[in-house]
Amino acid sequence: MKIALFLTCVNDTMYPETGKAMVRLLRRLGHDVEFPPGQTCCGQMHLNTGYRTQAKHLVKGFSETFDAYDAVVTPSASCAAMIRDWHPRLAPRTAGLASRVHELTEFLVDVLGVTDVGAYYPHRVTYHPTCHSLRMLHVGDRPLKLLREVRGIDLVDLPDATQCCGFGGTFALKNSEVSAAMCADKVTAVRETGAETLCAADNSCLMHIGGALSRTRAGVRTVHLAEILASTEEDPS
Amino acid sequence: MSAREEILRRIDGIVPARPDAEIAADYARIERGYLRRHHDDGVLDLFAERVAHYRAVVLRAAEADLPRVIAERLAARPGAHGVPGDLPAAWLAGADADLVRDPAVADLDGLAGAVTGCAAAIAETGTIVLDHGAGQGPRALSLVPDYHLIVVRAAQVAPDVPEALERLDPSRPLTMVSGPSATSDIELSRVEGVHGPRTLEVVIAE
Amino acid sequence: MTSQNAMPTYLGMPSFPDAARRAVADPRLRGNLAHATGTIRERRADAVAELDDWGALRESGKQIKDHVLANLGHYLRVLEEKVTEAGGTVHWARDAAEANRIVADLVKATGETEVVKVKSMATQEIGLNEALAEEGIAAYETDLAELIVQLGHDRPSHILVPAIHRNRSDIRDIFRKEMPDAPADLSDSPADLAEAARRHLRAKFLSAKVAVSGVNFAVADTGTLVVLESEGNGRMCLTLPETLISVMGVEKIVPTMRDLEVFLQLLPRSSTAERMNPYTSTWTGVHPGDGPRDFHLVLLDNGRTDTLADEVGRQALRCIRCSACLNVCPVYERAGGHAYGSPYPGPIGAILSPQIRGIGSEVDASLPYASSLCGACFEACPVAIDIPEVLVHLRARAVEDGPRHPVEKAAMTAAGWTLRSPARLALAQRAASASRRIVAPRGRIRRLPGPLGAWTETRDAPAPPKESFRAWWARTDGGRAPDPGHGTDPAGPGGTEDAKREKGEDA
Repeated sequence: MKIALFLTCVNDTMYPETGKAMVRLLRRLGHDVEFPPGQTCCGQMHLNTGYRTQAKHLVKGFSETFDAYDAVVTPSASCAAMIRDWHPRLAPRTAGLASRVHELTEFLVDVLGVTDVGAYYPHRVTYHPTCHSLRMLHVGDRPLKLLREVRGIDLVDLPDATQCCGFGGTFALKNSEVSAAMCADKVTAVRETGAETLCAADNSCLMHIGGALSRTRAGVRTVHLAEILASTEEDPS
Repeated sequence: MSAREEILRRIDGIVPARPDAEIAADYARIERGYLRRHHDDGVLDLFAERVAHYRAVVLRAAEADLPRVIAERLAARPGAHGVPGDLPAAWLAGADADLVRDPAVADLDGLAGAVTGCAAAIAETGTIVLDHGAGQGPRALSLVPDYHLIVVRAAQVAPDVPEALERLDPSRPLTMVSGPSATSDIELSRVEGVHGPRTLEVVIAE
Repeated sequence: MTSQNAMPTYLGMPSFPDAARRAVADPRLRGNLAHATGTIRERRADAVAELDDWGALRESGKQIKDHVLANLGHYLRVLEEKVTEAGGTVHWARDAAEANRIVADLVKATGETEVVKVKSMATQEIGLNEALAEEGIAAYETDLAELIVQLGHDRPSHILVPAIHRNRSDIRDIFRKEMPDAPADLSDSPADLAEAARRHLRAKFLSAKVAVSGVNFAVADTGTLVVLESEGNGRMCLTLPETLISVMGVEKIVPTMRDLEVFLQLLPRSSTAERMNPYTSTWTGVHPGDGPRDFHLVLLDNGRTDTLADEVGRQALRCIRCSACLNVCPVYERAGGHAYGSPYPGPIGAILSPQIRGIGSEVDASLPYASSLCGACFEACPVAIDIPEVLVHLRARAVEDGPRHPVEKAAMTAAGWTLRSPARLALAQRAASASRRIVAPRGRIRRLPGPLGAWTETRDAPAPPKESFRAWWARTDGGRAPDPGHGTDPAGPGGTEDAKREKGEDA
């Protein structure tokens, strides 16, 4: 199986450690992964802000870059949902490729058939199910299945977990007061858990919640799920 | 161009008109994968439970015992009660109350309550349907007075919404009653008792 | 047909972000909304979970509505014929002004100067009460929440519970001040408030000669109209007056009585989280000896055919006005209904108002952006309106046809240009990494410039990493080559390095 990593523009630019964790994790599970250098962005920001023509250019670029691969795996549930739900609508010829794009936890559980990835992460962790992972991709409890198998982890429930953190891409800028109010409630919920680590399947939401956690000096770090799953006793994240 | 013509012209321009038979065939193709009923057994028990859930009073009585039960309920409510002139006479045989047959609409506000039958009932949702035919009186009778006693015969209780609707005649005015009058308008919590009857009593005749 | 006549009451409203800003800063409003929506959210979920076949009911509801929209001309003609056969009179209105004119003339023909009203979204939409007032006709709202809004000289903020922004003590204060017959010692218990409303309106119901209602469903093949309600005010209005005038949007049709078996299950559970609402009334034309002697049905377009013309946006016409999408919406919960500048607030309002009114004004062009696209509305919608899809669709229309936003457009164009080329993206990434010590000396950014400053008012922004993933991959051959400098460096923005810094430097 020829696997490509679609890291996404945000992770490539801001969160390279998530990408490295993806590579480390997949190689540990016996799968090589390529990073096609032609990749940039799935077009979600442009589409969701109303710039459909720009988005279409990016969809075309995505399709040219990844069409040759058997499977494309990405650490962003939101971008995976964009590709699966929207790419075929913007460019019908991309439907075949879109169906071969998997969010990380889907790829592990459904395609590779593993839930115990041999990870070790001795920390108190709470998991935020991001809206797009939950309500667009319908990843269900796949992330939790993977987290429960992690050795050393103290996994605690997040109150009102399914509530949106208020990120929403440019929503956080265009309606920043409402967005901040939503985020403040999420931060309160995170703090209630007493967790030292907040994880999710999307760095964009983590950037948002993490920004507020940092501003309020909550002492809670945000870590992408991939980094927890990549972590081992010999090579901790 | 009249408003009618213009609106229809616009609509026909967007979704063109088609032969009736094609529309009917399309309509028949609508998927209806939902259940005809959610419960098969214990329909009467379910009905009683669901009606009571709305804080209505539910009583169960053998058909022969109806006069006694109705008499008792009315005795507990002083004042005159309106009844449809064609309410089964036997139901009121034991009643000592002041009964007004087919009261005029203008007199309804002065009544303590009303006694009616019904056309059908729905167990799943605890609903009683009046079609204002025999034994039910016009719509105002069971609306204006503050108390409504409804007699539901066991055979009238359908297990669920689809079967109940099949039993009803749409050309009649229908009133579906699920509990006493209520509102959710204050902080989205249900409070019983606004404009309709604030006390609803249901006697299931078995 | 979208015109200035569409929703006269709400023109000149600020755009959503400006109005929402004020609402977010009002702790009392936020408390009221959080309490009310929180209560209903859980109960709705339970009411829906009780039916194993909810998904199938929802699919049928969607298909029935889509079928009607696809054959709307046919069903309107059938409905008109059947209502007329049953003794009713059918009127057609292109827009709000025309509908208001029709209703006002019908009332005047009776010689009356007062009407009682059942809560109706359609008449809110067209501003009927205001239009009647201009003609010297007083309209009395009889739904408790509408009464609270009317007595409080307020505007509705919710589809189902227009006074949701008011808590019980607010309502008591309004009743004491504005309801002439309210007891001086009226308490704030909901039962006492309901009792006060009962006493206040009883005489009106008994004396009213004309009533105005909306319609939940109109059954085409029998000409039957259906109204769902709770309080009994609907029954009073539909039954006691001599003349009944019902105003309905042209999309409210279902083909047959059988279809009600779907919607009578979907609507109450979705709106008030009840197995069934207390009262549902149906009538077919005029019933001799029982109820109004004169029945008029006003079929309202008012932007609906424009909405129908949009193949993506038309699904908004499936809406059965349950308000589940409002109750689950995190944005509605914080911004409140008034921020939407329309009688249709919340997610459904954000897709309905700009379609009915057109997307030309600031408020209408801002509504499709009043969402984080979290998808909770779509999940809750009993007729499966993909609200996020329509929001995204309308955002494109806002960019194309709405008011110009040159700064945003320039930024999005520049971002698009950069992202279209991996080489340009790599260059931008190198520039970002090079700036990291300057823009974020403490590993995080406390203030961003320009429009991005909205982010850093309440949230730190992460510092760019030392190198992008792309750069790392190229330099280390995807981690296969030795990488002494970076091999085990776990640091990344928000990662362990930041946590250490948080504890060490900042805490």
